Amino acid sequence: MNSNARSRILDRLQSASRSGGGYVPELERSWHAAPVKPSERVELLKQRMELVRTEVRMARQDNWGVLLGELLASRRIQTVAYGAEAWFGDGLRRMVRNDNPLELLPYAADIEEFRDTLFNVEAGITGTRGGIAENGTLILWPDAVEPRLLSLVPPIHIALLRADAIYATLEEAMREMGWGAEMPSNALLISGPSKTADIEMTLAFGVHGPKELIVIVIE
Amino acid sequence: MPKHSTFDFKAHARAALADGLMRANVRSALDGLRAKRLAVFPDADELEVMRKQAEFSKRRALVRLPELLEQLERKCSENGIIVHWAETKEEGNAIVLDIMRAHGATRLVKGKSMVSEEMHLNAFLQEHGIEALETDLGEFIIQLNNEPPSHIIVPAVHKNRQQIGKIFHDRLGTPFIEDVEKLNAIARTILREKFRNAEVGLSGVNFAVAETGTLVLVENEGNGRMCTTVPPVHIALMGLEKVIEKLDDLPPLLRLLTGSATGQRVTTYVNFISSPRKEGEKDGPREVHLVILDNGRSSMLADHELRHTLQCIRCGTCLNHCPVYVRIGGHAYGSTYPGPIGSILMPQLDGLKEKGELAVASSLCGACEEVCPVRIPIPAILRRLREESNEPAGTGVVLDNGCSRSMLEVAAWKGWQMLNTSPRLYAFALRFLGRFGHLLPAVGPLKAWTNVRTKPHFARKSLQQLAREEGVRHE
Repeated sequence: MNSNARSRILDRLQSASRSGGGYVPELERSWHAAPVKPSERVELLKQRMELVRTEVRMARQDNWGVLLGELLASRRIQTVAYGAEAWFGDGLRRMVRNDNPLELLPYAADIEEFRDTLFNVEAGITGTRGGIAENGTLILWPDAVEPRLLSLVPPIHIALLRADAIYATLEEAMREMGWGAEMPSNALLISGPSKTADIEMTLAFGVHGPKELIVIVIE
Repeated sequence: MPKHSTFDFKAHARAALADGLMRANVRSALDGLRAKRLAVFPDADELEVMRKQAEFSKRRALVRLPELLEQLERKCSENGIIVHWAETKEEGNAIVLDIMRAHGATRLVKGKSMVSEEMHLNAFLQEHGIEALETDLGEFIIQLNNEPPSHIIVPAVHKNRQQIGKIFHDRLGTPFIEDVEKLNAIARTILREKFRNAEVGLSGVNFAVAETGTLVLVENEGNGRMCTTVPPVHIALMGLEKVIEKLDDLPPLLRLLTGSATGQRVTTYVNFISSPRKEGEKDGPREVHLVILDNGRSSMLADHELRHTLQCIRCGTCLNHCPVYVRIGGHAYGSTYPGPIGSILMPQLDGLKEKGELAVASSLCGACEEVCPVRIPIPAILRRLREESNEPAGTGVVLDNGCSRSMLEVAAWKGWQMLNTSPRLYAFALRFLGRFGHLLPAVGPLKAWTNVRTKPHFARKSLQQLAREEGVRHE
């Protein structure tokens, strides 16, 4: 049935393409999102993300760990899931040694085994591939080291973003990162915590995904 | 109007107009959505350039549709996504059921998919002993109440918080509350357990990129990501018009989709799925299936005018701007897709006999075309469908064309033609109307007209006559 459906649909589309005509005139102008100067990218990303209740904190290469520790302590977070081999893994483990009640849970097994743990942790920490200033967006390409659900299941998502990886627009990000040549199994654009306005258009945060998104921008 | 139709749009519309609460709920939500859309596109010139580009991308994709679908299939297969083709709703439903059965699965969690509504998938699966659970908050609410969505983006737009609190209380046994945050929290708690234990997840597709074999899904809640990531099997449903050529087409399409739909610059999540879980990866579905549904779409492509229907990206902004939809809400349309887009889509999907009346549910004010992000000429297609209903059967291309043709109406227009082409007859008719016009009984179409309008008064003398008697006084 299936292969017949396929050939019948394609046959119909072929003949429809002949009778339906198909000249599409070239565009006179094409649209590109407004450019953003490199010096203004961090600020714009911060502004846009704060508009959708994202906490954006600035840090340096040598002190993001301290800031992260403070953020976790101020929320009394005790369990954190992360990718053990992520670039910040060592820093995270070092931080915990000084600053103890925290339990770090590496996402090291398949979800079938890790599921119950993951659904019960308080926060997930991930790196990012970059950011997009125009819309206040994080770019994540989850992989074996940092799986897809780290940024979705825990009620708090903390993302580390390098300031020099903030692109002006989605178009620029796609071009410079080489999207298309080799798409990862999953790519994500994340612009804020989970939200809904399905009841009376009243905006509420944290419906299925994280209730809080915290971005640490490392300059 | 065709008498054999089982769907009585006028009765539905009258009932909706009498429902003050529903009208107030819809009105306040849509007023808000229109204002937000306007705010997110502050530069009208830029919006025009963007719309033209989006239209261009979609039209060019339609010109190359068969070839792009084959490319999409090839790329998806290379990436490990299993592609299925369904000519009809029944075939689509059967494919989903077969996949569920192959895994011995009885629990399905669903992200938002209008194609699944079009297929009536939930009812079909329930008949076969499968729980199909909607997880988008709006869809979850109306599923609890056994209703179809009344808006393609905001499914529960016709309900207010008190009504939703009542639904939760009645169906879930929670204490009655009307606090939106708390209602959301209830849904979150229930659905997280469902996500955790689901066997198969289902989603729609906003854009399918042929160049890379990538499915693009846009959402705010995270339920779509849950459905496509947690369960071991993911089934994506798409109408065959969702394919686009390349990733480069996306930036304006995404900006227009989210801006037009909800007035946002961007949604919380844009999810690009190109393959199931790869070797070494720790999560994501082990199997991804893509079901490509035709269900009448291929025949729209065959007509140079009707094919524009397939440009639609389902943003719902034509609903929000339609003076008819705003007043009667979505259920009155009795159709999967309501509003202006539904009025051009449903008659083509279900035939003019069943849904041709929807093409008349418009004042042809043109607002829908003006706001459409891909510039679909909706009013022109509405007129075309009206014509197809009334022209002799066999001269049109849409199912049941000619079904509303009435000999009385044909005769009336014939008479009108004679009247206007014979000066003597015309002059006689004018004198007759001037004298006896006020006596015309309000029956038939005249009654329908005068029900809500004052009956016209005919002048005793025609303009021509006056001019002849008095001369032209003003140069």
